[in-house]
Amino acid sequence: MNTLTNRAKQVNRSPMTFLESIYLWEIFKGMFITFKHMFKKQPTIHFPEQTRPYSRVFRGLHVLNRDEEGRERCTACGLCAVACPAEAITMEAAERLPEEEHLYREEKYAAKYEINMLRCIFCGLCEEACPKDAIYLSETFAPANYNRKNFIYNKQDLLIPNPTTETELLAKAKGETK
Amino acid sequence: MGDLVKVIIDNIEIMVPPGTTILHAARMIGGEVAPPTMCYYSKLEDSGGKCRTCLVEVSKGSEKDPRPMPKLVASCRTGVMDGMEVKNITSERVLKAREGVTEFLLINHPIDCPVCDQAGECYLQDLSYAHGKDKSRFDFQKRVFKKIDLGDKIQLHMTRCIMCYRCVFVADQLTEKREHGVLDRGDASQIATYIEKSLQNDFIGNVIDVCPVGALTDKTYRFKNRVWFTKPVDAHRDCTNPKCCGEVRLWMRGDEVYRVTGRIDEWGEVKDASNGKPGWICNECRFEKKRVSDWVIEGPTNVNRHSVISQGHYVGLQKPQEPLPKVLHGRDPKILLDIHDVSGVNKPNIHLSELKRPAHSTDFEK
Repeated sequence: MNTLTNRAKQVNRSPMTFLESIYLWEIFKGMFITFKHMFKKQPTIHFPEQTRPYSRVFRGLHVLNRDEEGRERCTACGLCAVACPAEAITMEAAERLPEEEHLYREEKYAAKYEINMLRCIFCGLCEEACPKDAIYLSETFAPANYNRKNFIYNKQDLLIPNPTTETELLAKAKGETK
Repeated sequence: MGDLVKVIIDNIEIMVPPGTTILHAARMIGGEVAPPTMCYYSKLEDSGGKCRTCLVEVSKGSEKDPRPMPKLVASCRTGVMDGMEVKNITSERVLKAREGVTEFLLINHPIDCPVCDQAGECYLQDLSYAHGKDKSRFDFQKRVFKKIDLGDKIQLHMTRCIMCYRCVFVADQLTEKREHGVLDRGDASQIATYIEKSLQNDFIGNVIDVCPVGALTDKTYRFKNRVWFTKPVDAHRDCTNPKCCGEVRLWMRGDEVYRVTGRIDEWGEVKDASNGKPGWICNECRFEKKRVSDWVIEGPTNVNRHSVISQGHYVGLQKPQEPLPKVLHGRDPKILLDIHDVSGVNKPNIHLSELKRPAHSTDFEK
């Protein structure tokens, strides 16, 4: 029979020799293979003390961006929600009041913004659709949880720390400090 | 009516009554042959001739005088002649000119579509998708205006206006007293009431429907939702106003009526009502009746499949039978999460559609 690869081996079904029948030699052979691995390089990574580098195009948990003055960039245009194939994003818009101009960049903003991480498939289409540079997929993933309700991420969960008032938190989130 | 005359538009022959404009003849053929219009509105007298998006090439004047017309003509204002040959999308010159016109219209347009309520049903948006460039060559400051309240129901964003004059004709021809018009000239010209006066005529709400861009928008709908998240439904009511046709389109989300507009046809104009009245609706129908109980619902509106408004509208959907109750001997499965317990969006106790103004942060603190 022609084999597809040359790695196929015929099973040896001949009766065991004396050395094979006492098994001890075969046990030593096996233990030697185990012992050999103690001197090889260890591929295991001790997460979470050690982390692997993420790909630059990794699509993880979403963040809602702020501009350099700390105002929310999202204007609730709904393009992320319409682009979302899993229908995970919902929002409600509101008009900015005159005293809220330091909070929101445009006259319209997202009063409520929610991503259902149970539905999200992390395809990144929301990031591509956003005309305001407001939503990005970060290099972390949504942490595991015991409850379904904890996977509904609201705006406060998603917003990045304010670069004017919460500089330390922002540096930590960016991975610049521990 | 007299004899019909023969016109050939984009190699398609059609017989039309004499006196028809090229645009109307093209609309009789329909589809892509009809030139886009930004200012012409067949229901309004004297409209048209301003925006130049409907320019077409007349390659043969008529049977008697077959010379081509030297320049491109505005099809909304040019009548047909017997044996006329017109080129619209088959003419390179027309497409080039339309590209130029689109660029001119967009010079002062802020392109703030993410904020604008008209996005998704805006004719300038469609036009720039079809004929616009992906980049602007205009390096200068765009003209700036403050936003103006025309009364408590209509918001005017003068920055978005393209000076089509449709709203001025509506005010002139539909309402008893015209209170707004175009002030100043050239770059500084603007639609305005002279001293920020509110517009209080019964039919002034129709300026919202005729506006091809987001310059005039409904304040009761302002920022509440995007058009593609609302579901259009045709409905009617017995309106006591004799001039109002009472046949409208409701833009709903769940059981909430977010917006009421006239019924818009494929050319972006209000349809005549079933009893032959023009399709204009009064302010009471448009701004005051925001409950389902005010209306008799006829059924969902047919939305063009290529329109963004049709997203998420699953027509002819066949749901598979729920298998769980059958397997569980009639017991319903235990719901692990009711989204309203967790979600802050679309709270059942907050009715944004019943607000007469845009929602503010205070409206969500319930």
